Amino acid sequence: MKLKRVRAIAHKEFLHVLRDWRSLGIGIAIPVLMLFLFGYALTLDVDRVPLVVWDQSATPQSRTLVDAFKASRYFTMLPAVSDYREVERSIASRRAEIALVIPVDFAGKVAAGRAVAVQAILDGSDSNVASFALGYAEAVVGGYSQQVTVAAASRLGLPVSGALLKVEPRVWFNTDMESRNYIFPGLIAIVMMVIAALLTSLTFAREWEVGTMEQLIATPVTGGELILGKLIPYFAIGMFDLVLSVLVAEFVFHIPMRGELWLVFASSSIFMVGALSLGMLISIVTKSQFLASQIALVATMLPAFLLSGFVFPIANMPYPIQVFTHIVTARYFVVLLRGIYLKGLGLGHLYGETLFLAGFAVLILALSHLKFKKKIV
Amino acid sequence: MPETPAIRTEKLSKRFGELAAVDELSLAIPAGELFGLVGSDGAGKSTTLRMLTGIMDPTAGEVFVLGEDMRRAGEGVRSQLGYMSQRFGLYPDLTVQENLRFYADIQMIPRRGREARIAELLEFGKLTPFKDRPAGKLSGGMKQKLGLACALVHRPRVLFLDEPTNGVDPVSRRDFWRILYGLLAEGVTVFVATAYLDEAERCGRVGLMHRGRLLACDTPKNLRGILKGGVLELATADPRHAVRALSGAFPGGSVVLFGERLHLFAPDPQEAEARARSVLEAQGLEVAVRPVQPTLEDLLVSLLREQG
Repeated sequence: MKLKRVRAIAHKEFLHVLRDWRSLGIGIAIPVLMLFLFGYALTLDVDRVPLVVWDQSATPQSRTLVDAFKASRYFTMLPAVSDYREVERSIASRRAEIALVIPVDFAGKVAAGRAVAVQAILDGSDSNVASFALGYAEAVVGGYSQQVTVAAASRLGLPVSGALLKVEPRVWFNTDMESRNYIFPGLIAIVMMVIAALLTSLTFAREWEVGTMEQLIATPVTGGELILGKLIPYFAIGMFDLVLSVLVAEFVFHIPMRGELWLVFASSSIFMVGALSLGMLISIVTKSQFLASQIALVATMLPAFLLSGFVFPIANMPYPIQVFTHIVTARYFVVLLRGIYLKGLGLGHLYGETLFLAGFAVLILALSHLKFKKKIV
Repeated sequence: MPETPAIRTEKLSKRFGELAAVDELSLAIPAGELFGLVGSDGAGKSTTLRMLTGIMDPTAGEVFVLGEDMRRAGEGVRSQLGYMSQRFGLYPDLTVQENLRFYADIQMIPRRGREARIAELLEFGKLTPFKDRPAGKLSGGMKQKLGLACALVHRPRVLFLDEPTNGVDPVSRRDFWRILYGLLAEGVTVFVATAYLDEAERCGRVGLMHRGRLLACDTPKNLRGILKGGVLELATADPRHAVRALSGAFPGGSVVLFGERLHLFAPDPQEAEARARSVLEAQGLEVAVRPVQPTLEDLLVSLLREQG
């Protein structure tokens, strides 16, 4: 391994990137675009669910219930309707996600202290929103129900106990349960993975396709020198993207940073070497730019997105897929970044993930070295 | 004790499935020779060069350059040889100077001597005015000269060139050969593959390759001597008609059309001239006949004819 040659290759590779707007685009424009697009659009918080009410009772009692819904930040009240056809139309046209129908005998039954059912109609075509909306509706109705019970009891002079058991929630780490806080650190991991593999997936394949590799392998240059030399500039681009991501997280989305910044960079460096090497390995094996970039996308983007736990909880996946997620490196990086960002964890808690990423990087580098032959077959 | 040849192959073969691209090629080229490997497209020249430079493994046989087995060529021997592939193998987005610097660094040329060496090569190939131009924007001839400069940056002892003047204008071609003769004077062994027979005539020794096999290998002069008898050049008003008329009288493909003229290979030129005249006059064609120096092209045609 001669440093002079590694430097010559790194320098040449830098020049390629600087002179090719496509690589610059992949390296810098795409990550920024992804950060903003997903940062703004990808939110799992469900609030201001549009609600339509048909109040058949139209009494002070029913209006109190409707006001309770109005007061909730989880619902946005649409103009009231007065028959089922309008309820149906509101739901079908997606103007409303949930409809509330209060029966005619509502006030009477409440006054008499008898059980009464309030109908909630939900648009199940978006099951995620529907289940959230139902939960919120149950909470509002439950609160109202308790109010009525307490009022009735005090009127009758019975002791007011309220509920016997009560959950006192206290959320740690992401106290407001802002989904963005939890998505964004994962998003950084996804962006790093995708661009890293995409960038390097072209390098070796391009040299084979253009014909420069034939010239190069006739020289004394070694496979190790080539791999390392090509790694350096793309690593630099990756780190530049990381700095961008951290800045966007801090100043645009105000993601809390509870851990050590150097840990973010250290773990990212390790992850980056693995991801870059994976792209390189694909490039070495396929020798075709088109094929390599397609494989790199499928091998990195899909698992990173779907199987890393970035949005979709791994615990909810079928068992075989859960097992498979263990070889998705993005999974560990997502855990690392969330741990550092939101929980302020240190290496003491995260050494397992870090070791795995380091092992992966070494393995893929070794495979690349093994697979790269200075021969035309 | 005889000196070890700079290049030596022993029954070197490369098969791609059924096809024998190179078939039991045995060569010995002494140091300091300018050797030309001549053959048409698909003759196996590029495959031979790739095996000689160690970037392709043979399926059978042996290949040695400077005494080193090229199947396991290490850094040592590779830094002694220069190679210019058939396809332009330089970085089109890098400038002329950047390409040269890159190869200089890859070949571990010390920083101190580097710029002087590059300036010398640029001057040699008349590329100095274009040193800041991207290599992809050079003309065909300049591209080839840059390729040669990159292959020479480390002063190799053996130089391999694969059709270096393919698609190159006559002026650049002359420059190119001037550089090669210069190298020869410095004692560099040059192995050049070419499809141009006139270029092969400039070589010290020539190997004629056809379908993977070496048909003949000798100096251009001796090769021409292989031709038994002589070659007659016939000029007529209707050469195509003449070929048809003569092929009956001279069977076995000894009449060949070269442009507007006919070449007639004959063991006994005088007898052949008389016979040809009588055949053509019977067809009402006037003909001018003169004996010519056989070219390598004549030789190739003749050798192929002998082989059937």
